[in-house]
Amino acid sequence: MLSILQYHFMQNAILAGLLGGITCSVVGVFVVTMHLSFIGVCIAHAAFAGALLGLWLGFNPLIGALLFSLAAAAIIGPVADRGELNPDTSIGIVFSLMLGLAFLFMGLMPGARTEALNLFWGSILTVNQPDLIFLAAITGVIVGLVAAFYKEIQAVICHREVALAVGIPATVIFYGLLFSTGVTITASLQSIGGLLIYSLILNPAAAAYQLTYSLKRMLLIAVAFGVISCWAGLAASYFFDVPSGAAIVITSAIIFGLATAFSPKRKVKGWQQAPITG
Amino acid sequence: MDNTVIEIQDAVVSYREDVALQGVSLEVRKGEFIGIIGPNGAGKTTLLTIVNGLGKLVHGQAWVLGSWLNGRNSNSLRKRIGYVAQVERIDPRLPINVRETVMVGCYGRLGLFRRPTRAQWERVDEVLEMVGIAHLSQRPIGHLSGGEYQRAAIARALVQQPEIFLLDEPTASIDQKAQREILSLIQLIHREYGMTTLFVTHDLRTLPSVCQRLILMKDGNIWQQGSPQSMLREEVLTQLFGAPVPVPTEIAS
Repeated sequence: MLSILQYHFMQNAILAGLLGGITCSVVGVFVVTMHLSFIGVCIAHAAFAGALLGLWLGFNPLIGALLFSLAAAAIIGPVADRGELNPDTSIGIVFSLMLGLAFLFMGLMPGARTEALNLFWGSILTVNQPDLIFLAAITGVIVGLVAAFYKEIQAVICHREVALAVGIPATVIFYGLLFSTGVTITASLQSIGGLLIYSLILNPAAAAYQLTYSLKRMLLIAVAFGVISCWAGLAASYFFDVPSGAAIVITSAIIFGLATAFSPKRKVKGWQQAPITG
Repeated sequence: MDNTVIEIQDAVVSYREDVALQGVSLEVRKGEFIGIIGPNGAGKTTLLTIVNGLGKLVHGQAWVLGSWLNGRNSNSLRKRIGYVAQVERIDPRLPINVRETVMVGCYGRLGLFRRPTRAQWERVDEVLEMVGIAHLSQRPIGHLSGGEYQRAAIARALVQQPEIFLLDEPTASIDQKAQREILSLIQLIHREYGMTTLFVTHDLRTLPSVCQRLILMKDGNIWQQGSPQSMLREEVLTQLFGAPVPVPTEIAS
């Protein structure tokens, strides 16, 4: 078992799994608690499309991914907020546009598309030093921001209207969370892949959501699940010779399934349907 | 403007093509308890959002707690204004308990990068005791009944130490027993703290007896205003609501 640790590429992959697991899960807690799952999926696909544009035009795909994901967050946020269009409809349109652009850029790309396909599925086993430094920096920034603005974030993700009414800069915090999602997806794109990244954001946080009523505990449980998903997926990939990104996502989905099955919150399901009484 | 804490001049608010307020002017003195009644769509809630700066004026201006409201100062003014809305349905799985929810009321005044102190947590516990839900302090907020949830919302507004208290149909969607308890609590708070209070309702049975002035709103305008005794007359209410409305005996007497 320990033989897995002797290879340099595996050491890098384990570190990438640790950092990606932490960042994706932390951001996932916000997305899940605010019920913004579809917005997150949309931002993930925007990052993917932006990275492909970078590959096609010959600039750093991470810059393309960052610009596209931030632009998607900037478009979707106000659309979801103002209610001028049904949010599901408008986000669905942006989502399909991003997917269409991704395939368009890929179709226009000359020659072999190995690098583009790597962005699809991710390649955690080929993560290099600069990728790790970038991922570590983003992890540090995200964790630092959460620690610094914990009370405002808690207020906004649980009671956004109330947060606004008591004088918390709720709109700035909300957009900060959307942009953090975009940045996290960008940082994890190379290792986890555009199609799979969102599962790593959603699944550990959704699993943690089933298990606790404390936000602090939810963050810690989600991070543990995220890192376990990455490491278990890597181990499965190494020992059974299966694609690492897919193994990570499937592991996280299994954890979610188990958390849901054993969730102490299942018994309160009826509250959602019950009439309000005194 | 001595003793005046709110002055609204010719306020016009519109949501796309719908005009919610059509040139409303209002002056509120410090410590007044004002009831605002009217049919649905009369502009009652919009009037409250003008006071706390959440509503956007198309025309007119609002002077609140010593400042003319503009886009830049409304956030800091909201820290001094408590707001309790209708019971809302929230996710029962939400990872926040009653005590933490009430503490959110302090966060605006506390400011960024500062954590709540022990004294503030003690204040939260005192207020929870006062509103009668201290025994629920560790319960997830999504597990409260409608009446309990409103007590938590009132507690949250109180720990904010507001100078103005805005109550937007706080007894809607809860049963009559809980309604009476919430109304008693609101009256107790007004007697204890003497805060300037604006209380919106469309249900005349839920008007607190401490109400000193009644504003009748219709079609985005202040249609009439005066003492509860002068406003709560059958012919006035019938004209306001467009249908015969029984006069509530308790407050009118």
